[in-house]
Amino acid sequence: MFAYLRLLGRQTLRLFATMGRAGRLWWMAIAHKPDPANFSLVVRQIYQLGVLSVVITVLSGFSIGAVLALQGYNQLVRYGSESALGLGVALVLVMEIGPVVSALLFAGRAGSAVTAEIGLMKATEQLTSMEMMGVDPLRRIVSPRLWAGFISMPLLAMMFSVVGIWGAALVGVEWLGVYEGAFWSTMSEGVDFVQHVLKGIIKSICFGLVVTWIAVFQGYDSEPTSEGIADATTRTVVFSSVSVLVLDFFLTLMMFNF
Amino acid sequence: MQMRTIEIVVGAFMLAGLISLGILATRISGFNVDGETNTYTVYASFENVSGLTVRSKVSIAGVEVGQVAAIDYDRNRYDARVRMEIDGSVDNISVDSTAAILTEGLLGGKYIGLSIGAEDEFLEDGSEITDTQSAIILEELIGQFLLDQF
Repeated sequence: MFAYLRLLGRQTLRLFATMGRAGRLWWMAIAHKPDPANFSLVVRQIYQLGVLSVVITVLSGFSIGAVLALQGYNQLVRYGSESALGLGVALVLVMEIGPVVSALLFAGRAGSAVTAEIGLMKATEQLTSMEMMGVDPLRRIVSPRLWAGFISMPLLAMMFSVVGIWGAALVGVEWLGVYEGAFWSTMSEGVDFVQHVLKGIIKSICFGLVVTWIAVFQGYDSEPTSEGIADATTRTVVFSSVSVLVLDFFLTLMMFNF
Repeated sequence: MQMRTIEIVVGAFMLAGLISLGILATRISGFNVDGETNTYTVYASFENVSGLTVRSKVSIAGVEVGQVAAIDYDRNRYDARVRMEIDGSVDNISVDSTAAILTEGLLGGKYIGLSIGAEDEFLEDGSEITDTQSAIILEELIGQFLLDQF
């Protein structure tokens, strides 16, 4: 009986300790004034996290836009309102699927790599030797990655949406024969910049923050062994995917009440 | 890889992101910055505006010349007062023009269509269109149709 109670207590304490360490890591990495000397590190990380994710993001965006157009057309054509296809696809992509799916892809493509990299640095004691040399690993390793994720994620999400809408236009207009003028005009009339596009961008900024934070923390907090790094990488993908989806629900709830 | 190459690629990435934002803003959401500079305001009262919303378009001959800026309920006249912003370059709409609430297709959005009258005097900032035609309500039409049958 007491053994179970103790187990519960220990797990709770461990959870809070982990959250505290994660919060402290984030604060220590972000709170510093950005150092101009570190700017090139951020650029390198934007390359690693953002630029290398462009191909997978654009490819997925195109296929998702195309499939949305295909599915949407089949339903809308029953009511003779296939001209609303552009509006439907654009709203769904800009507000929901763009930010969420690109964040999931980002977690799988870039988040896992960050965790593995930092975990390996820890296992091979590169982080400790940096500290020995008087270089703060939080500023040199963690902070550039956080900033890079924060900057890259909204850009990737916007590219995802634009390419998705392009894919939808290609399928809807060129292939299924929706009237082109109606496709674009219902879209630009129904989609509002502040009301829809900006909310999607705010979402993707939050997702970028959460995914890179989890990735960096899991790497930094991993057991310095091969199994530890494997576990940490798995946890990064699982935790960040779940938190993106859960956070998406709450962000949507919050933003639609305002 | 060389730092220079990385910087160029990252620059291209940022540019692609900004272009995406631009496309989202202009092409997809119809967001215009200089919309309010050269427009003038015209009022019209309708018995019924159901379905018309702010930002609905105002058109002449099917071409968009302005948009609905506000819809208010007029307490004294029991009707709807619509404020329209008309493009400043379209300054020759005669005072006896008709404003009608029309529908785009069967299920499309509502918009205001202006039919030009015959007077030589033109609408100015703040003037009112008196001759108006309300929105067609499909349910009422169906009801009337059914009533005529019996």
